[in-house]
Amino acid sequence: MVDAGADCLQVELLDGCMPTDVENWKSEVYGNEIREHLMEFAEDGWESIPEDEHDAWFERFKWWGLYHQRNGQESYFMMRIGTPNGVLKPGQTEVVAEIADEYARGPETNPEFGDGYVDWTTRQSIQLHWIKLEDIPDIFEKLEANGLSTQQACGDSWRNIVGNPMAGKAPEFVDAWPVIKELNETFKGNDDHSNLPRKWKVSVTGSPDGSGQGDINDLALEPASKEIDGEEVRGFNVRVGGGLSRNEPRLARDIDVFVRPENAADVAGGMSALFREHGDREDRYNARIKFLVDEWGTEKMRRVLQEDFVDFELESAGEDIREQYTYNAGGEEHGDLIGVHEQRDGNYYVGLNVLVGRMGADDTLELADLANEYGSGEVRISQRQNVMITDVAEEDLDDLLAEPLLEDYSPDPHPFMRGSVACTGTEFCSLSIVETKNRQVRYARWLKNNVELPDGVEDFHIHLSGCTASCAQPQIADISLRGMKTRKDGEPVEALDIGLGGGLGENPQFADWIGQRVPADEVPGAIENLLATFEDNREGGETFREFIARHDEEELEEFIEPEETSYEDPYMHNTKMTWYPYAEDDDMDASPAPTDGDGNSIGTAPADD
Amino acid sequence: MSVALRILDDGAWLSVNDQRRVSVSELWRLHAPGFCDCPLVDFIAEGFTEVSADGRDVAVTTYGKCIACGESGVPGKLPVGYINEGKYRNYDRENIVMEPISDRPTKNQQ
Repeated sequence: MVDAGADCLQVELLDGCMPTDVENWKSEVYGNEIREHLMEFAEDGWESIPEDEHDAWFERFKWWGLYHQRNGQESYFMMRIGTPNGVLKPGQTEVVAEIADEYARGPETNPEFGDGYVDWTTRQSIQLHWIKLEDIPDIFEKLEANGLSTQQACGDSWRNIVGNPMAGKAPEFVDAWPVIKELNETFKGNDDHSNLPRKWKVSVTGSPDGSGQGDINDLALEPASKEIDGEEVRGFNVRVGGGLSRNEPRLARDIDVFVRPENAADVAGGMSALFREHGDREDRYNARIKFLVDEWGTEKMRRVLQEDFVDFELESAGEDIREQYTYNAGGEEHGDLIGVHEQRDGNYYVGLNVLVGRMGADDTLELADLANEYGSGEVRISQRQNVMITDVAEEDLDDLLAEPLLEDYSPDPHPFMRGSVACTGTEFCSLSIVETKNRQVRYARWLKNNVELPDGVEDFHIHLSGCTASCAQPQIADISLRGMKTRKDGEPVEALDIGLGGGLGENPQFADWIGQRVPADEVPGAIENLLATFEDNREGGETFREFIARHDEEELEEFIEPEETSYEDPYMHNTKMTWYPYAEDDDMDASPAPTDGDGNSIGTAPADD
Repeated sequence: MSVALRILDDGAWLSVNDQRRVSVSELWRLHAPGFCDCPLVDFIAEGFTEVSADGRDVAVTTYGKCIACGESGVPGKLPVGYINEGKYRNYDRENIVMEPISDRPTKNQQ
């Protein structure tokens, strides 16, 4: 309490207690026990959550995969379903589609996607929106009866483990899927690891292509080999402290540790425990392990891990295979798992492009049907927001490829369609500054129809993120777009910063932010002009990434020439200040939220100003 | 009477008594000559890092950018509302010129 003076006003500065208020809430109720309270609230309805406990409970609900939607959408939740390594077992895709169809419908529709849709995310998870508190018990029951869960999909603990989604099926240097399963089973619902200082993102990759994106994770296990006692052992090198958020991107750093697959859980658990004990619980901005690695350095990270958190002698790093990485490496290979690819067992998987990762419930149901008809029923999700149908016999490929659904979700998409990634944006997200998914859909279509890619450019990644949280991973794209505002003709409009030159591969590189505050309707023109400049000035078979790397910042600034074109952007206004950007009456006061379990309005906005 | 102030969700918004009252992405006009050379800073709020109370004023330390010149950073603690008779009230932020408050006690963000 702070006595604020003359009028005896007392103000509680609840945001900076030592430890923080969130840490206090977590120390009272967190982890598995949240569920019991969640179910009680769901049974009694939205209004049963005490008004002065909203912040605490919404923070806690994240642990069970529920994120309260943004201002103007009170009482509605985003629900995230964690699917380890993006693997949906036979029957699970159908369940997700049915839940989206029945429960993920809001008071308004999206002009591009309607309502009742599924988002495949950049962390190989699933997000549904407009979920009502009252429906959660039924949804959980259906999910869990089919082996799915929202547990730890958000919140301060082990998030969904990512990797090459085709682990166990596609060629691998070391078998990652058993390790991913073991980590998931060990650390989901594990009380020793359920309350960490912050989120904990883990990547495990066994394939030689680098598609696990380990470089941008808190903990990365990457394929490597090591001669131990005269024998070559295949396992993983360990990197720690990668991530993109907060304008502080970091590549995961090599801590000189090799781990055998059978010891992976011990080392990963040791590092998670190190983070639990030494991460910053007093400042959530500084809590991610990337900042601890900054502070300690890699030698101390390794030493403390060895001395305090692992009870066997750690091996020094083995020989990695990073020189083989093709995924998002800036070369001619797609590496994105789209298209038809042979599996280890002689069957095939077919990667389908899902523009910005969003698929309607009907289409998702059709996807499940195709997976059942032509494959094993399994579907896998990639970190590029796409899906794969697995286990297709060679003789069934032609029939699958002729299915009508594949006209919209192509296995051979135009580069501008396959390269598009977008986060949730102001449609639902509290942090985002601009509209994203619909805009990126419109960008991709316009670019496809109006811009010729230079010869040989088959892969061109454009990632649009609404803010610095970087959920669309903009810093590792050829063209990085990040939400901003500017004035145009004196009026505030949505705008984007433009970054260039990002990508992964053997030598990953974050984009440099070159173009500032480009009005959103001039971004397609800027990309068109940039590509024309690239075509005119490239040397030989130079790739776009090489071309960008060859020029300095001043030169690159000149290459970005924003320009109005035939592209039209319906989202130039401040979409964040609406209750829903696409509503006919989008004024915040017109919001029906909060609503009860039947969708009827039950409250009003704060009336004290 | 007490008023609960918090910055939540990675600095996305200011909570006052468990209600979301100020959100990132608002555009503010600032008189902050130390921030950039513009006569008035045309400031977009990108993230909140701290909240402070000074007398009646509720101020948020805000990371953002002047959209006129591109200067980015933290211009200081910006008064976004005030407490009157125990209740929080927003300033009319669209139509006022804010001036950063300096040298007041703050606490860290959530």
